[in-house]
Amino acid sequence: MSESLETAVKTNPQGDPITSVAAPKPTEVKQDPHADAKKQRVVTPEYMFFEAPRTREFITGSEAAKEAVRRSNVDLSIAYPITPQSETMQLIGVLYGEGYVKEYYRGEEEYGVMSAIAGASRAGVRCFTATAGPGTLRGIEPIASWPGHRLPAVAMFTCRVVNAPLAIQPDNIEVSYLLNCGMIVFHAENQQDMFDFIMKGFVISEKNDVTLPVGVCCDGFFVTHARGYVHMQEKGIKLPPREAWRGAVPVLDAENPPARLSRDAPVQKSNFMAYNIHAVWQQEVWAAVERSRKYINKLMGGLCTAENVEKADAVIIASGSAAAQSREAVRLCADKGIKVGLIKIRSLRPFPTQELRQLCKDVKLIVIPEFNYVGWLAKEVATAIYGHSKSKIIAGPHVYGGQSMPVELIVDEVESGLTGKKSTNVPLSAIMGTDVDQASVAHFMRSI
Amino acid sequence: METTQQTKERIIVPGPAGFHPPSAAQLGVALPDPGQGLMYGVLEPNEDKVIEEIARKMLTSPNATIFPGPMVLWAWNEHAVEKAKAVLEIAAQIPDVLIIPMPDYRPKYPKIDPEEVINPNHPNLTIWGNKIEACIFIGVHCHYANLTLKMIRAGTNCCTSAICAEQGHEDAMLTIRDADKAKLQKVARIFKRVREEMKIKLPAGGENVRFTGTQSKVHGGKTHTNPLTFMPAAGSTAGAAAFGHKPEQMQSEG
Repeated sequence: MSESLETAVKTNPQGDPITSVAAPKPTEVKQDPHADAKKQRVVTPEYMFFEAPRTREFITGSEAAKEAVRRSNVDLSIAYPITPQSETMQLIGVLYGEGYVKEYYRGEEEYGVMSAIAGASRAGVRCFTATAGPGTLRGIEPIASWPGHRLPAVAMFTCRVVNAPLAIQPDNIEVSYLLNCGMIVFHAENQQDMFDFIMKGFVISEKNDVTLPVGVCCDGFFVTHARGYVHMQEKGIKLPPREAWRGAVPVLDAENPPARLSRDAPVQKSNFMAYNIHAVWQQEVWAAVERSRKYINKLMGGLCTAENVEKADAVIIASGSAAAQSREAVRLCADKGIKVGLIKIRSLRPFPTQELRQLCKDVKLIVIPEFNYVGWLAKEVATAIYGHSKSKIIAGPHVYGGQSMPVELIVDEVESGLTGKKSTNVPLSAIMGTDVDQASVAHFMRSI
Repeated sequence: METTQQTKERIIVPGPAGFHPPSAAQLGVALPDPGQGLMYGVLEPNEDKVIEEIARKMLTSPNATIFPGPMVLWAWNEHAVEKAKAVLEIAAQIPDVLIIPMPDYRPKYPKIDPEEVINPNHPNLTIWGNKIEACIFIGVHCHYANLTLKMIRAGTNCCTSAICAEQGHEDAMLTIRDADKAKLQKVARIFKRVREEMKIKLPAGGENVRFTGTQSKVHGGKTHTNPLTFMPAAGSTAGAAAFGHKPEQMQSEG
């Protein structure tokens, strides 16, 4: 072989000789980036939620979600960026780097992400993902198939405007699309709720008689980007792993090919298929939603909370960030000498129907502020207490498309509801209950 | 009149309940806590009383049948084998009982043989085909058991029982929960006691399980058999993640 004609002098791409000398490598002490994760010890859910000491930190909602996932023994998380959840899933990626999440990747888009979550959950692992607004709707077909496949998972929905026109601002209209999927739906008011609901969501989701996905919704930006105090357990403990073999359905048999990617063959009606197979399947999904009530009561302290409802002049019913605004409105009303109670809805599915019937049976005025146009919570409340309360129900005030909700807006509705003064923000057609023109109510129901 | 009153209080009773009756959950029936059971949709604090009622129904109803599901049909692990043996001990206490398997949950195309197997997508066919008026489901995954129980209540007159390894089944007329090997053996003991109290005798030689047509054919034309002669042995357990994996086996490596 001929000798190489290349010079021994190394050059850079421009041909200049490289004269610098590589710095001697410092004595490297290899640190295992997963060292802390490996030291985590499994504790019971009861210890985690009710006994473990907690310390208070001032963090964003995305950081709260990260810390919840850190302690939840998550096997797989799949990301696809969309404002305002991008930071959340970025932080979950940090957890992957640290070894707290076993697998993590970016999907191609939300349909693919939600489909992959379905496959992973079927395979028996604990899954977490997050999306928002248009991403929720892009992924809604596989999301809506999760309950029918009886797939435990936790998905975080950081609600924002659904286009068009394009906007990324707060608006929780997407919750209304999730309510009838057959999944369990929680609505977090603040960073603490976000932290708690995610962790407890995993436990509830995986109960054998539930075996359903849990959606943890929050109002984007208000919760995800703002900071709040969160009381958290130490990082060194985590929930027990998912026991997939205890689920209501068998997990994907990936070891005995051919693996069946669909849970079941089509169940169209035929001479060899019962006429009601899909009907009882749907009944079973919603029965599972019902069964989750006892676990929500046990682990979350109830589907709703009630403050100062007895003997109140009026009651505000709210969920998510509207509950936070309502709490301040209650204080302002108290300054004016008006006794106002607050019912905060934590669980939208299952919905606290019996609880509201009991709490509202003697209430004269209910005000329901919401961060969306259609008033999905007002419809839920009105349906739940119909015939069980003679209260006037004000379906408002509503803000949407990125508006914030001044607490004075809520106070105005309390005052106008009690005095009969005409509201400048809520149309008469959005007022239901006794002493209300029924034609206006019919118009309201049509218009939403 | 006392009987009428009792019937009124019952919520989940043998059907046909209708074209598309509400589920038990829609009717407000909640699952029992440990040690309890459900008797016709009503909470029974003592599960032994539910077991006694299951025994009475299985001992007195035409074509009483045990429907074993995949979790006791296949030798997934040692516990599955132990439970299968206990199921056969229960069967050994019921004269002329049928054992019709639910081997998997896939819809059967192009046509099921309803007298030989039961399937959650059309369980009514098996009930009708064999004129079954009392049955027990054991070892069926809860989702599929619930589909099956809803359909049987809607369209047949069968009294359903569910002996569940988890939390029980509100759509069964009779159900108990947490059924491991020990509890299944307790069920067999209670069945024996009730049978003896009712002075119902077993056939000589213990050949009390009645074969279906195919079962008879593969056993040389015999009509009955002694279930205790079929005691399964623990062979190689399945490697599938589907059934019986321990939690530690579900974790990723490394």
